[in-house]
Order: sequence, then C-alpha cells, then structure tokens
Amino acid sequence: MYYRETGQTVKNYTEDRRMVPLREDRWIMWAFLAVLFIGVPMFANDYVLSAIFIPMMVLGIAALGLNIAVGYTGQLSLGTAGFMCFGAFTAFNLLFRVEWMNVWLAFLMSGVVAGLVGIIFGLPSLRIKGFYLLVSTLCAQFFAEWFFNAYPWFLNNSTSGVAALPPFHYRFLPYQEQIFDLFGWDKDYNAYIWRYFIALITTVLLALACKNMVRSSTGRNWMAVRDMDIAANVIGISVGKTKINAFFVSCFYCGIAGAMYSYCYIGNLDFMIFNLRRSFLIMFMVILGGLGSILGSFLGAIFVYGWPILLTRTADAVFGGGTLDTAFIENNSKIIVGTFIVVLLIYQPMGFAGLWNSVKHKLRIWPFKT
Amino acid sequence: MEFLTGLLSIFTTEGIFSPFGVETVIAGMLSGVMYSLVGIGFVLIYKSSGVFNFAQGTMLLFAALTFVSLTERQVNPIVAFTITTVVMILMGIIIERYVMRPLANQSLLSLFMATVGLNYFLEGLAQGTWDSAVHGVDLGIPSDPIFLAEHFPDNPWFDIIISKFDGFAAAVAFFLVLGLYLFFQYTRTGLSLRAVSDDHLAAQAVGIPLSKIWAIVWAVTGVITFIVGLIWADRLSVSFTLTAAVLKGLPVILIGGLTSIPGCIIGGLIIGASEKIGEIYFAPILGGQGIEHWWAYLTALVFILIRPTGIFGEREIERI
Repeated sequence: MYYRETGQTVKNYTEDRRMVPLREDRWIMWAFLAVLFIGVPMFANDYVLSAIFIPMMVLGIAALGLNIAVGYTGQLSLGTAGFMCFGAFTAFNLLFRVEWMNVWLAFLMSGVVAGLVGIIFGLPSLRIKGFYLLVSTLCAQFFAEWFFNAYPWFLNNSTSGVAALPPFHYRFLPYQEQIFDLFGWDKDYNAYIWRYFIALITTVLLALACKNMVRSSTGRNWMAVRDMDIAANVIGISVGKTKINAFFVSCFYCGIAGAMYSYCYIGNLDFMIFNLRRSFLIMFMVILGGLGSILGSFLGAIFVYGWPILLTRTADAVFGGGTLDTAFIENNSKIIVGTFIVVLLIYQPMGFAGLWNSVKHKLRIWPFKT
Repeated sequence: MEFLTGLLSIFTTEGIFSPFGVETVIAGMLSGVMYSLVGIGFVLIYKSSGVFNFAQGTMLLFAALTFVSLTERQVNPIVAFTITTVVMILMGIIIERYVMRPLANQSLLSLFMATVGLNYFLEGLAQGTWDSAVHGVDLGIPSDPIFLAEHFPDNPWFDIIISKFDGFAAAVAFFLVLGLYLFFQYTRTGLSLRAVSDDHLAAQAVGIPLSKIWAIVWAVTGVITFIVGLIWADRLSVSFTLTAAVLKGLPVILIGGLTSIPGCIIGGLIIGASEKIGEIYFAPILGGQGIEHWWAYLTALVFILIRPTGIFGEREIERI
C-alpha cells in the first residue's frame, strides 16, 4: 500500500544513518510525539494521567531496562525491582537532603547509583552463566528489600515504612517559583500534569538513547554476547566488559524507573512495593512484549498493566459496577496473562513486537501475499 | 573496627565452635532438608528435559490446596490423596503435551519463560478453583522436640534439641532419594530417562520416545511435588506463602548443580546450616534481622563462584 520504501532513495551517508529510515515511520513517530506532548495534556484528566499514561511509561522504562539485560545481552535477571528500589531511594534522599538538587539531576544520579549496584551484582556474570546467574540477581532483590528495612535512615526514619513526597521535592524548572508566579499557576508542583511531563520527557530521552545504543557498537556487542559468547570472544569482543556494561545500562534504566515509580506514579516512597512480584511482572512485560525490542518493552508494559484495568472496566460495564470481586479479577488476569505468555512463546517467540512487525510486513506488500 | 572484631568473634569457641554453635548448625542442616525436598522436583525435570521449572512452587501449592480443599469438603483423606495424585499426574501429562512439546528444541531461556508463564497460570487456577484463604493441615506428623541431653548427660556437646518433624522430613527425603536412585538405576524407564538427560538427539536416534519420557517425568515430579507439598503444608499451612518454597529451593539446587539429586540434598544441608548461622551470628553485626532471604543466595553465590556449575554439576564443553 502506501506504506513502503519504494522510491525513498538514500542520497548521502547522513541519510543512510537515520534512526528511522522510512518516511512513513517518521510521520507516525512525530504524530505520536505530538499527541503525547500536546494532545494528552490538553484533553486528559487526572485519572487518565495517573492511572494510565504515567504508570505505563514508568513500567515501560523498567521493562526496557530489563530487556537490555535479558533480551539484548542474554543475562537472566530477576532483581529488577531491587534495582528500582535503589534508584527510588537515591532520588528521595537527594531531593530531600540536598537543597539545590533538581528532579533531573536526581533521576540521573539514581540511575548511576542503581547502575553501580548493578555492576556489583553483575560481576559474578564474568564467571557464571545461564540459570546460575539467577542467584546473583535474586540476591540483589532480597538484599534491597532487607537493606532499606534495616536502615530506616534512608527513609527519613519514617515509622510507617512509607515516606511522603511533598510538593517542594518536585524542582524541575529553573526559577520554578517565579515562573509559576508569572503564569499565575497553583504551586502544587506535584500535580499530575507536571508528573506526566517529567515522566514523558524522561521516557522519550531514555527510549531514544536506548534506540541509539542498540544500533551502535555497544548494542551490537551486547547482541553478539547474547547469541554466543565464545564466538563473540573469538571475533575480538571483550565479553566481560560487554556484560558489565550491559548490567550498568540495564540497572541505570531500572534505577530511573524506580525513581519515576515513586515520584511520578505513586507519589510516595515505600520499599514494600519493590518486591519480587514486581520483578516478575516486569519480566512478563519483557516476555510478552518481545525480547530484544524497545517497542516491545512498552507494548508489554501496556498489556500487563492495562489488562486487569480493562477487565474490571468491561465487567463493570457489562454486569454493572462492583459485581465481580477483586480476587476473581486477579485470578482471571493471572490465568490469561499466563496463557498468553505460553501461547506467544509457542507461536510468536518475539512477542507483541513480533506481531507488530508481521503486520507491518503485510501492510508493505499488500495487495500481494507473503 | 567493631564490625571486624564482631566478625572475627564468630569463628572462635565463643561463636560457632561452641556447643550452641554446633546445635545451630545441626538444626539448620535438618531444616535444610525441607529445601532439598523442593529441589528434588526441580532436578528431576532439569535432568531429563533441560527445563528450569519455575512453576515448581505453584505446583506444590496447587497439590496441597487441592488435597486440603477436598478433605475440608468431607472427602475421605485416602480418596482425597488418590484424587490429588491423579490430578497431579494428569497435570504433568497436560503440561508436557501442550506446553513442553510445542516448545521442544527452543532455547533454554524460552523454556524457562514458559514455566514462568505456567507458574502465573497455575497461581490463578489454584486460587480461582479453590480459594486464597489460609488452611491449617494436620497430618499427625509429630513435631515435639527430642532432647539429646537426656540420653547423654554431663556432656555439653550433646545439649542439642532436635525436632521430630525435621527428622521425619529427613526420613522422607532419604526414601525419596533411595526410591529415585533405584528407579533410575534398575528400571528400563529409568535407563531411558538417563539416556534422554545425556543427549536428547542421541536418545531419539536409538528409538526412545521423547515425549512419552517427558510425560512420565512431569507426572512423577507432580506426585513428588504433592508429597513434598503435604510436608510443607503440615509445617506452615496451605496458603499463598507456600509458593515461596520455590525461592528456598533455588539456591539449594544451584549449589548442588542442577542435575544431581545427591547434590540437591547436600545443597539443602549447606543452605540450611548457613541460614541459621547467618541469622544468629551475622544478623546482629549487619544491623537487622531477616537477612535469611538474601543470605541463602549469598551463600549459593560464594559456592558457585568457586565452582560455576555447582558441586556435582556437569561441566559443559562449549563449542562454536
């Protein structure tokens, strides 16, 4: 149909190195960004922002982080939520204790701290392989849960185990107060609309960075190690360095996702939510979305997070509100997500991203078949 | 400095080399047998099909929950036991037919992911079919302690208390291992199983029906899981926390080396002892209770760093 590369010739190397080579894809991308940056803030209400857009972006970044380790480098990790926990606590302590800190720098630092922790727990990958590596990442997960429980200083000694994030934490503009005065906006800096913008900008930047890492030598090294580490070594890739660097980048993303999780999504800090179940949910997002795919990470996050909501909403619309109890919904969504994982692994091992690619392929060659 | 002296004092006669320390280690090793029991199911499946079955914990919950719910509905325990056994066998066959067979020859990672999906599915199914309440179970396994000091008075080294329950679990583990050993060594099916675990393709080439063998393994594992589930249920009670058994089993089998049943038992002893030592001696230094979760994994990590395929694991030769 219209969606094809015929007639789009490459005239110089700059064009050849484009991130999105197809003109139609570029249109779609710009339109999508316009919707996210302009359309959504204009029309969405707080519920839509807080319960749909923000969590999907946050979880998408977490899934992307895990995907870098599992999907691109082939290093099995079950400690995602633990690394998110380190990120969230770093952001909290910086914004709470350092006067001049702003959200962006705090997010960056939370990624760096989580990444360094990731390097420590990734070091065993130099010697052990495959399932044996589960030990290291699970250790990280349980260590994080224990550590922030045992040392409540990091949580400002809060007795309830939860720390509130007051509006003054959200310092995301230079001369923020003056600007808000100038436009006459309410000074609740933690309003959902600001959180949405913080999450959106972070997400777009991180996704772009990942896309470019994947198509550069960094990403090619990851994939070589994933496909066969001995062969990668033979062609001159330093396997150890590549693995460590993958662990750092993966945990960097997870750390920022953790900071976003507490700052943009739930609006408080609680180490209980960064538990093993969260790690598994993120793992499901990666499997369902597609191993080794950036788009897939987000699609997986949208499905795994959105499915129970959709189920509840549909049930409410069909049977009237509140007829189905939460246990029923939870069990059903578990059964369906579980079935989905197995079915997709059998028929479409590349997940939703694979489905999307086959749709794109069909569109391109239409009206011909295959 | 305080930290270091505290650390050093653990390895003195004040620490684990005292009668109390020995008692701690023995009690830990006995409780570690419970972890070994969970590990046996893992090892059986990994050995024969190369699948790292993450759904083990949920299969355990499913079996125990089915049995308990049936008995609570006034079904005779023996009938309930039979029904649950049949259910677990059927489940094994269905898993083989609809999950494992279509995924044959896929990467180990996909197979692992499939069991993670299966785990989630079974979680929903178990709690959807029955309920998510906490059920108490009493199978009449004695749980009172034995005081060894009564038998060996005047010797501080025998001032040890052993729980009868742990002894019972150890006996079950012993008979399971013995039974599996005899099965693997002296039956025709056991022989085919060993052949399959050595090399799928070669086994198929000499005419061993792979899918039938896998169905048998999954069914046998289902039944073993059920028995182990009963013991765990008697100790804890049947509820969602039972699925955490899988997390206790993981470091155990990784220390033992994924393919070895004796390794699994020894791994259990190591993890059990290390957990108790960590809890009693290291937790106060590190600044908080509840370290046992990550302590077990740290122990496993140390062992695996020394031997990357576990104590009894097979070292694979890799080629390009």
